[in-house]
Amino acid sequence: MLSPAILFTAVLNGLMTGAIYALVALGLTLIYGVLHIINFAHGALLTVALFAALIAYQTFGIDPYLAAFLLAPLFFGLGYLLQRLVIGPAARGEDRNILLVTLGLAVLIENALLYVFRADTRTINLPYAFEVFEIGPAVVALPRLAALGAVAVTTLILWAIMRYTSTGRAIRAVAKEKLGAQLAGIDVAHIYAVTFGLGTACLAVAACLLLPTYYVNPGAGNAFVLVAFTIVVLGGMGSLVGALLGGLLIGVVESLCGFFLGESLGQIGIFTIFILVLLLRPHGLFGEAT
Amino acid sequence: MKGVGTILVVAALLAAVPLFGVSNVTLNFLVTALIIALAGQGWNVLGGYGGQYSFGHAAFFGTGAYVSAILQLRYGVNAWIAFAAGIGAGALAGAIIGGLSFRSGLRGSYFALVTLAFAEVLRILASVTPITGAGVGLLVKLDLRPEAFQFQSRVPFYWIILALVTVSLLIVRAIENSRFGAYLVAVRENEEAAKALGVNVIAVKLGAMVISAAIVAAAGGFYVQYFLFIDAGIAYGPWISIEALLAPIIGGVGTVFGPLLGALVVKVLGEAAKLVTGDAPGLDLMIYGGVLVLVIALAPRGIAGVVADLRARIVRRKPEAKPEQPTAGHHV
Repeated sequence: MLSPAILFTAVLNGLMTGAIYALVALGLTLIYGVLHIINFAHGALLTVALFAALIAYQTFGIDPYLAAFLLAPLFFGLGYLLQRLVIGPAARGEDRNILLVTLGLAVLIENALLYVFRADTRTINLPYAFEVFEIGPAVVALPRLAALGAVAVTTLILWAIMRYTSTGRAIRAVAKEKLGAQLAGIDVAHIYAVTFGLGTACLAVAACLLLPTYYVNPGAGNAFVLVAFTIVVLGGMGSLVGALLGGLLIGVVESLCGFFLGESLGQIGIFTIFILVLLLRPHGLFGEAT
Repeated sequence: MKGVGTILVVAALLAAVPLFGVSNVTLNFLVTALIIALAGQGWNVLGGYGGQYSFGHAAFFGTGAYVSAILQLRYGVNAWIAFAAGIGAGALAGAIIGGLSFRSGLRGSYFALVTLAFAEVLRILASVTPITGAGVGLLVKLDLRPEAFQFQSRVPFYWIILALVTVSLLIVRAIENSRFGAYLVAVRENEEAAKALGVNVIAVKLGAMVISAAIVAAAGGFYVQYFLFIDAGIAYGPWISIEALLAPIIGGVGTVFGPLLGALVVKVLGEAAKLVTGDAPGLDLMIYGGVLVLVIALAPRGIAGVVADLRARIVRRKPEAKPEQPTAGHHV
């Protein structure tokens, strides 16, 4: 029967999955907050990051947790260049165009991965992937605990960048008032690209944290991004705190739904929440109405 | 009415194609291209003229397909009636999804997201519920009689899909010339201004959504009759949502012939890719994604826009050439 210990484990596991959701959502909401556009290529980029981490491990023998330090700057660069060289110039500031360009990129990347790597699902075997810890009455896997900690650190770093660096100040200025920021001498195109880079770097970290316990195939990122969309909408578009809390919340809800209803219905649950939130509270639980 | 003549001439020329004894492969290619042209025209009504970019028109394609197939298989309904019912069901789905989204004031990214989500929910539901054949899909029974909307040869299929496309062209032409069409374009260009001028924005968008959904559902219903098979991935999968928006965007968004032109280009590209590298998974969609980015970057008004620009340049050059010479001295 339902023991509090099992329930506690489910909640704890949910929190840890939620932490990764939160990280993916953080990247998405950061980009939305500044560029005011949903990046439909987010899922495809997460998949690219997963493959990058996989290759780093299989070909170069780099542990995923170490690879995070390598891939995060690399993906920052990738995101920066994508926005600076592809999305920005192609969209010419038109929202509808940005939507289509990121959709086109998503389709392009996802199917290029499918073409190169085929639909096979891959996993890696790490010696420590199945080590467990006991926290009170609950038993948790080491990689999940590590993910929780890493997400906390990443969020802190991101927060510090936004709060204390001049680039962070410029990002916040552009998010609030693009024209004013431009008049104050901020290079908006550069800040857009930096923001896109930061959002993409979040994905690289998330991918490295996921890899020890998750699988990789050309559609792997999509499952996460749909959840991330839900979180971002739930938390209020552009709200970093909202993304963090929303991510943890969704993680727990999913874990409990899977616990009570079974896995396949869990996804429907997320979609239903997503549509309901979009229809009823499009500005999110923590967002402000405009 | 203006423009109808052109549509009928194009339709007549296309209708004559099978008379020249083209191969089944060519005919098959044309039929699939016309299915995309039809779906693309549906998307064009809402996206091109109304400016509401849906990323989930698979919701209507799949509904048209499934309702038609289920009525035939499970309830023994005549295929033609089932096809019509599928169109009706698609329109209803459009009314429901559109009603919910537009009433909540969703537009831009939000509208794209919510349509995508609706299509995905339907895809997951269709892949688990027994009535849709769950993961296995539905096979329509072979019954090669015209009464059953099945034919021995591909030629009648070709003419039927061509007729459907022609009807969709005429519908869009009629919309262009109507007051409703003017409202729709006003909503696309500036929703607030349209509202201020007394346009009932929600009603106009909803009308466009219902027409759009019905046309896409017709494409889905035809797909079932032609291939006699449907599953959740085909019916509600992202491929059709993407091809339905790609065709008008490549051909010329918000133009009558854009989707037809774009669908032919899309399909030629897909086939060319297969010829070059064999039937590799993902290759056609990979090219579509790249083309989408390139078109937005280089020719955002599609082929129709490029043609219009060229024509304008030629027309301008002719009259300008003469008067320019005497006045040239004043400018220097």
